[in-house]
Amino acid sequence: MDNDTFLAVESLSFGYTADRLILKNINMRFRRGSLVALMGGSGCGKTTVLRAIGAQVRPSRGRVMLEGVDVHGLDRAGLAAARRRMGMLFQHGALFTDLNIYENVAFPLREHTDLPGPMIRDLVLMKLHAVGLRGASRLMPSEISGGMARRVALARSIALDPPLLMYDEPFAGLDPISLGTIAHLIRNLNAALGATTMLVTHDVAETFRIVDYAYVMAAGEVIGEGTPEELMASTDPRVTQFLEGRSDGPVPFHYPAVPIAQELGL
Amino acid sequence: MIDDIARLGAWALARLGGLGFGLRFLLRLTWLSILSLGRPRLIIEQLYFIGNRSLSIITISGLFVGFVLGLQGYYTLERYGSSEALGLLVALSLSRELGPVVTALLFAGRAGTSLTAGIGLMKAGEQLAAMEMMGVDPVARVLAPRFVAALIAMPLLAAMFSAVGVIGSWIVGVQIIGVDPGSFWSQMQAGVDIRNDIGNGVVKSMIFGVICAFIALFVGNEATATPEGVSRATTDTVVASSLVVLGFDFVLTGLMFGGL
Repeated sequence: MDNDTFLAVESLSFGYTADRLILKNINMRFRRGSLVALMGGSGCGKTTVLRAIGAQVRPSRGRVMLEGVDVHGLDRAGLAAARRRMGMLFQHGALFTDLNIYENVAFPLREHTDLPGPMIRDLVLMKLHAVGLRGASRLMPSEISGGMARRVALARSIALDPPLLMYDEPFAGLDPISLGTIAHLIRNLNAALGATTMLVTHDVAETFRIVDYAYVMAAGEVIGEGTPEELMASTDPRVTQFLEGRSDGPVPFHYPAVPIAQELGL
Repeated sequence: MIDDIARLGAWALARLGGLGFGLRFLLRLTWLSILSLGRPRLIIEQLYFIGNRSLSIITISGLFVGFVLGLQGYYTLERYGSSEALGLLVALSLSRELGPVVTALLFAGRAGTSLTAGIGLMKAGEQLAAMEMMGVDPVARVLAPRFVAALIAMPLLAAMFSAVGVIGSWIVGVQIIGVDPGSFWSQMQAGVDIRNDIGNGVVKSMIFGVICAFIALFVGNEATATPEGVSRATTDTVVASSLVVLGFDFVLTGLMFGGL
């Protein structure tokens, strides 16, 4: 592996049962410091790729190499250490509902460092300031909106300044202002921290504005990859159907079924 | 016929596998609980939620069980002209049997369900997955302090239940019915053995504490991460804890006080 590659997914296959694979022979490369999108329709396996990288699911075949080390070959302590270098933003934020905003962001710092209280306070306030929510630090997760919760989760995921950031559908269900804010934050944090960033999303327009490179997935396979310009110029019907958002095409509108005439007995 | 045997075999294998899985989980939880003693703040927080918040239901139930024991005990003893033994009867019933068992059943309903639902909802909200992704073991950070707190809380709650129960029976027996207070207390003092009666009662409630806390945490941790899954898990906790406590109580009573 060349020095420039921070993370590589090699021939990765995964299925909850042996006969039904969710990921089929996935190959991906993430350059150090790049901002890369994983795109595709719902249920195509994007989130599962993230889970495999975080070793929350064990692949049936293939490797995930983080700076040359296979994360699935690590023991419990090694894996915990590797995960400390990954910041993950879950789809709905996954804030700890029994802790307030401040304590949520302080959580990774308290668990993994012996920093004195005043220093933790400064760090937490800086992270919250970066997402514009320093003033909300005493609120509970139930008292803030979905968009704000996403920003708090973002602040929490960068608490330890991880070199790898993974965002799972950060734009889902957000109003245009919140969406723009989150997109802006993701781009800025990528530039400021120099962290390799993965963005799982199906929001084409917003994503192409900010990413360096993108993979398009369908039914557990990578069907296209390239810079936004290259993908827009793609002639693969599966890629163009996704990017243009047509309801029918190589990805069928109908779930497989017997013909309707037969089902209705006509 | 062959199919039935195969099904029985598959069922038994699945049960055995589940049992082994549960046992391994218990061992890991025990080890991490020992380690969690190094973070007393987490345990104290949980002790407040599990112990203090259960105090009202435990004391009120204890008081009423004491009232009823006073009435029923007097009615039975009076037939044999030995109503002055009421204090002894009540104290033995509570310290050996009712205190640990009823406390455990109430604990399963009050604290066990809240533990299961809390863990299940944390799982459904991906909070446990998020913790795992931060390199923090949810079993060590979330489950272990709760386990230790439940083990500390259960014997204390059972003792509280028994003490309030004795006061309840004193109110009914001595204050209302008019049993002689001197014999009520002196028979109790003379007849209750610290090691055999109270000591064994405490051991029982500690064992019930392990059972209730383990079932609540295990079921919550294994809950399907959906609203139906969490509600089913909560019910399972109460049913399983109650049955296991009652079964163990029979065996423990046999072993401790003879007969088996």
